[in-house]
Amino acid sequence: MPINTPFIAASPQEQAISHLFIVVLCWMGVILLTVTGLVTYAIIRYRKKGEGEPRQIFGNTRLEWIWTLLPLALVCYFFVATLHTMAVSDPPTRGHSPDMLIIGHQWWWEVHYLKSGVVTANDVHFPVGVPTLVEFKSADVIHDWWVPELGPKIDLIPGHPNKLWIDVDKPGTYLGTCAQFCGAEHAWMRIRAIAQEPAQFDAWLKEQETIPPQPTSGPALAGLKLFKSLPCISCHTIEGLGPTPDAGPNLTHIATRETLGAGRLMNTPKNLAAWLKDPQKFKPGTQMPNLRLTNQQVNDLVAYLETLR
Amino acid sequence: MSDIPVTSLPHAIPHPRERMMSWVASVDHKQIGILYMTTAFFFFLCGGVEALLMRAQLAFPEEHFLSPGAYDQIFTMHGTTMVFLFGMPVLIGLANYLVPLMIGARDVAFPRLNAFSYWLLFFGGLMLYFSFFAGGAPNVGWFSYAPLSEKPFSTSPGIDYWALSLLVLGIGSVAAGINLIVTILTLRVKGMTIRRLPLFVWMTLVTSILIVMALPALNVDLVMLLIDRKLGGNFFAMAATGGSAILWQHFFWAFGHPEVYILALPAFGIISEVIPVFSRKAIFGYGYIAASTVAIGILSFAVWAHHMFAVGLGRPWDVAFAAGSMLIAIPTGVKIFNWIATMWGGSIRFTTSMLYAIGFLIFFTIGGLSGVTLAVFPIDWQVHDTYYIVAHLHYVLFGGTAFAVFAGLYYWFPKFTGRMLSERLGKWNFWLTVIGFNTTFMVQHALGILGMPRRAWTYPNLPYWGILNLISSIGAFILGIAILVLIVNIWVSLKHGERASDNPWGAWSLEWATSSPPPPENFEKVPPVRSRRPLWDLVHPDDPDWLHGNA
Repeated sequence: MPINTPFIAASPQEQAISHLFIVVLCWMGVILLTVTGLVTYAIIRYRKKGEGEPRQIFGNTRLEWIWTLLPLALVCYFFVATLHTMAVSDPPTRGHSPDMLIIGHQWWWEVHYLKSGVVTANDVHFPVGVPTLVEFKSADVIHDWWVPELGPKIDLIPGHPNKLWIDVDKPGTYLGTCAQFCGAEHAWMRIRAIAQEPAQFDAWLKEQETIPPQPTSGPALAGLKLFKSLPCISCHTIEGLGPTPDAGPNLTHIATRETLGAGRLMNTPKNLAAWLKDPQKFKPGTQMPNLRLTNQQVNDLVAYLETLR
Repeated sequence: MSDIPVTSLPHAIPHPRERMMSWVASVDHKQIGILYMTTAFFFFLCGGVEALLMRAQLAFPEEHFLSPGAYDQIFTMHGTTMVFLFGMPVLIGLANYLVPLMIGARDVAFPRLNAFSYWLLFFGGLMLYFSFFAGGAPNVGWFSYAPLSEKPFSTSPGIDYWALSLLVLGIGSVAAGINLIVTILTLRVKGMTIRRLPLFVWMTLVTSILIVMALPALNVDLVMLLIDRKLGGNFFAMAATGGSAILWQHFFWAFGHPEVYILALPAFGIISEVIPVFSRKAIFGYGYIAASTVAIGILSFAVWAHHMFAVGLGRPWDVAFAAGSMLIAIPTGVKIFNWIATMWGGSIRFTTSMLYAIGFLIFFTIGGLSGVTLAVFPIDWQVHDTYYIVAHLHYVLFGGTAFAVFAGLYYWFPKFTGRMLSERLGKWNFWLTVIGFNTTFMVQHALGILGMPRRAWTYPNLPYWGILNLISSIGAFILGIAILVLIVNIWVSLKHGERASDNPWGAWSLEWATSSPPPPENFEKVPPVRSRRPLWDLVHPDDPDWLHGNA
């Protein structure tokens, strides 16, 4: 698995931040070596040698100027570099209408593609090379969007929408996470940013726009009936079934997603069954209760949910 | 030193019950100082145990040693304890004990208010810990961001306990701050001008002003939170009807960032006393150290929004607060260079106290430099709220403040108790602390850069996360052993330690001109103060400081 770090930039925004980070770290290294070197020299050279008191020196104005002005110059340089990097890494958003809306929930991400009306969760697809303006909102408490390779992190605050350009320039899957503590399952509020070439992205979007046909027979049909009769439908939307609640992730195309429980488990039929059986076992505190389903019910639900492609 | 009368009053040995009462009813600044410090040390152990529980949970990916609910309570209590029940009380306690002695005073200006401050700490701390038995400890972090801390999301009574006990502690801290300010401004012995104050007293003065100015911001924040939670108010909760989650953050960090300096400046004061004595040289650049402290004090009120760079406050805010945060590095750097210059050309004694001071120089510098990377806010947009921050703040508060407190403990323990701490155990304590501390926190920089968020009760098994967390957890337990060695050292030395003379280190400030421990009235006669180092002048009548224009 590739490592996940801001130093492997996958967007021009992050490229700028990563560059600045390295430059500043180098300077910090120089200062640390200077201080450590001076201290080391002093404790070796000036360790106690006799009983007499050393010559008393009370200060030196010229030295004080030197170690005030040199750091000041360095800080001024950092400040200018900061302004420059900021302009690249967070381009102005005013006057543009957002392409995507991401809403933070305890503890998952609701993702809207505003132009097509597609709604998904946790797996966030981006077209490579197409700057995407994302608006961030919160449904409950403060969350924070952070995918290191893609650029700045940003808070999702109730009553304070934020916007950010995300402009991925390398296809791939980038792991991210909620960075602001948001309650019990902050740890399992993970992000999977999937950057695809525009053609693939469009194909994916097309697939998401099509509502999968409802099953007409077998366990899948039984699963559909269960989904409607059990509490599932009061929290989860599946297009074509009627109600559209947003207390839990939209499941219209759940079978096309890579993970379950906001990155908790890989989305395989086996894991899906285990999750349905007892979500609290995998994500203690998650809003999804243990419905005490029988194995038969679980199998039928899995059969149905696997048709949602 | 023969001309300084050092005889203490003869003490009758009181009945144990009376001895207990003499502490409970005490208004003596030295006893209250000791009470502050022992209470703080007790809570330090509580916070340390909490840290070890966290590191045990995080040692391996996807572990279930603690539930998320338990983990959240423990990390909240760890932060709250270390800031409010260890950091502030231990430094206020040290100031309580030392400031009157250093300025040649009999006691603080308001002894009863002083006792009141301490007992607010004692009961405030008890109230906070009582929450564990009253339905759950607070569980939303030491900065309790709204709206997570509000009724709709947290029904735990722990948050009410948190707000109430911090309010109690906050009132006590403000009273202590006022007391110290008045003491320093009005009770100085003849000749002890402001420009001759020991630097520890200077730092205490600026810290006390910060306490008096910053704590009220927290106190009103807490009252507003309690109104929201208990009386159905809406300062922070529901955005739809005018509540603002960001308002909480502004109030909190307007307190919270000066708080960092409230925890750091007295540490600078300790270092400014310890380094000269063990280098056998006067402090280098006294005026610059004092003036840079004032600069830090002023700037500390202009940096709070650097905790909020990811909030989306807008360009002008971010730019202004980045500028303030970068500038504050300069007066801090000035201090580091002056301390090194003090050692330069000296005759350095490597006592445990001095070792801790040298450790402070290096580790605080690391914390300060990583702080500069955070002031560069595009970098903060990456590492904010990750383990990089956890590493940074522990280099500042452990590598900085705690190392300085340990330096101060080894330095003043003889004055407090009349006995020396064991240097042999001290060296073990120091080196284990250095190894444990760096093993724990150095790797956390890397964890943050590899994408690990702070305050997560567990984590997926991503590349290097498991091994780095395991290293960090091992370090934490080494640090735990180091603290055990310290406890043994204190315990053994209190009973069997070498008897301390009045001035075992050959130091130059007034607290060393009286007996160890000092008599209730502190001094029978205070030596004349004609320079910054009155005891140097006594010992070197041929070369007193006041001949060098330092009068």
